[in-house]
Amino acid sequence: MTEEAALAELAPLFEEVFGEPVRLAPELTADDVEGWDSTRMIELVIAVEARFSIKLTTREVDGLGTVGDLAAIIARRAPR
Amino acid sequence: MTADLHWLPASPPDFAARLAAAEALPEADGWDALRALSRTRLDPARTGRLDRVVSRRFSGREPVRLALLGSSTLSHLAAGIRVGALRRDLRLTVFEAPYGQYREAIDGEGSDGKDLAAFRPDTVLLALDAADLLGPSDPDAVGDAAIAEALDRLRALWARARARHRCTIVQQTFLPTALPLMGGNEHRMPGSLAARTARLNAALREAAAEEGVDLLALDDAVLRHGLEAWHDPALWLRARQAVSPAAGPLYGDLVARLVGARLGRSAKALVLDLDDTLWGGTIGEDGLAGLTLGQGSAAGESFLALQAYARDLSRRGILLAVCSKNDPETARLPFAAHPDMLLRLSDFAAFTANWDDKATNLRRIAQELRLGLDALVFVDDNPFERALVREHLPMVAVPEVPEEPALVARCLADAGYFEAVALTDEDRSRAQAYARRIETGGVAPTDLAGTLAGLGMRLTGRPFDALGLPRIVQLVNKTNQFNLTTRRLREAEAAALIDDPDALTLQLRLTDRLGDEGVVAVAIGRPADRDLVIETWLMSCRVLGRRVEEGTLALLAAQAARRGADRLVGLYRPSDRNGMVADLYPRLGFIADGEGRWVLDLAGYAPPGDLPMVVDVV
Repeated sequence: MTEEAALAELAPLFEEVFGEPVRLAPELTADDVEGWDSTRMIELVIAVEARFSIKLTTREVDGLGTVGDLAAIIARRAPR
Repeated sequence: MTADLHWLPASPPDFAARLAAAEALPEADGWDALRALSRTRLDPARTGRLDRVVSRRFSGREPVRLALLGSSTLSHLAAGIRVGALRRDLRLTVFEAPYGQYREAIDGEGSDGKDLAAFRPDTVLLALDAADLLGPSDPDAVGDAAIAEALDRLRALWARARARHRCTIVQQTFLPTALPLMGGNEHRMPGSLAARTARLNAALREAAAEEGVDLLALDDAVLRHGLEAWHDPALWLRARQAVSPAAGPLYGDLVARLVGARLGRSAKALVLDLDDTLWGGTIGEDGLAGLTLGQGSAAGESFLALQAYARDLSRRGILLAVCSKNDPETARLPFAAHPDMLLRLSDFAAFTANWDDKATNLRRIAQELRLGLDALVFVDDNPFERALVREHLPMVAVPEVPEEPALVARCLADAGYFEAVALTDEDRSRAQAYARRIETGGVAPTDLAGTLAGLGMRLTGRPFDALGLPRIVQLVNKTNQFNLTTRRLREAEAAALIDDPDALTLQLRLTDRLGDEGVVAVAIGRPADRDLVIETWLMSCRVLGRRVEEGTLALLAAQAARRGADRLVGLYRPSDRNGMVADLYPRLGFIADGEGRWVLDLAGYAPPGDLPMVVDVV
């Protein structure tokens, strides 16, 4: 899976967690999105893990800076 | 296995739109719409979104107040608890103390303690961790003084919480997260934290019962779903979350069950569909013999699993009711006449079988039991009926039961509808009290004797004749269950019996005020000295439970006596299908003769005085 494809698949997950569409871009960070606190972050990780059947490692979660980082992990780890 | 709300129907695809619409509704309607959404299978994200709307929209409503105190991060669990309460029609607010400050909060030290007193909690939930209370594993420890000390500290904490806050106390049992150091015989290392956690959880039961503290049994939940579903070591290290956020919705439901149980919100009655729920097959089409039920097949036993669970629930105070689309007599037949049924008519506080829609019937049942609709749990294998009831009666709990009948009872148990915190003598005798009410008060005509007496049955015996031959041969050759000897008969053999002066032959026709059942039983006897030996006796299972066998015996006895016999002799030849008549002869008063035959002395025999039918021979 490419990072662009992963980004596209992340969009519905963000909408699900935040309750409204979020304009996703690789350089987007938590500071850019209203309400993106540690609780939303947990919900997001759970949603990603369920959607792509992967388990993010502590190091991966700690290393997340941008939405692009998340898309890169999914692109690398997601099956298919 | 994930720790999710699997008994609830899937959350709707248009969740966001419904949430927005609910928020815009007037107060009462908005609450109902949000409660309806809470009764769907919400994941953590949707639980959070629903919670935010409820908290925003209904901040004014007088709530139930719960203090969530513990030694780990708990803030991610509050939303699930509030939504769990909403599912039970309760608005609940959660007090959260700063991380780890549960003692300070209870004792009123510092600003947080004052806060808790001002919050006036109805319930304090203590979510402690084994390592916090017991410390790390200690290889040098001997004896289990550590358990007693930990229990003493807990008791002291409960006493202080109760004295200061006058509230219900819920103690979470300890998550078994410690790793074993020895293995299967971990208990031989007294200082092992894993062994101590198990011992503390065991001792906690008794202590909590003594002190009137309710338990949130997370250790039992771990047995059910596996530790991975409840605890993630990475999250523990990252955020000190002992309970994984993925399990948050279920955790919240478990807490809300306890709160609801104390407030009388647990369900009180289990309403059961019949066909393909309590037994496999359709009684109205397949007949008694065609049902899948009972020992002998895995499918048959899996239906018994639900019957056994329902019966056990009724013994601890849950009322049982039937809600079935059937003719009333047909629906009652298996209860009276199927030998493998565990549930009996007397186990039910209400019995509704007719062709009205199930929402109407559930209303009737609630009325008859004098319960609110929110006290009912309705189990039906049919997705259409479930959807109909959910639409028209949203307050009735309708679990999304699995298609596999063996798993239905498990689903009910997981859903926790009947959560209880105490068991009283009243609970134990409730089902019987309702059954007595039915017998004496006659709220519903569940009493079978009365039903039979009102049927106006007539059983007419006739010797074999040419006209009846096809039906006689068919009945003799296809009847397996109510068949004493399973002797088959070719048409020529049956025809020969017509002209055999020795043979006593009877074809028995049953009629009642509802119509003519046709020939339902056949008997063939032969004289031997002063005996008449019953070589063949069989009956259609369609008329089981209507005492036709007793009527048949009355006719046989009269015919035998007329031919000068002193005794009737019965034979039972077991087959793999005819177990239901293994005890027919002793039930009818025959005595074993020691040679495998059953004997009835005709001089001492009289037909039962309460036989609900006229019997005659033409």
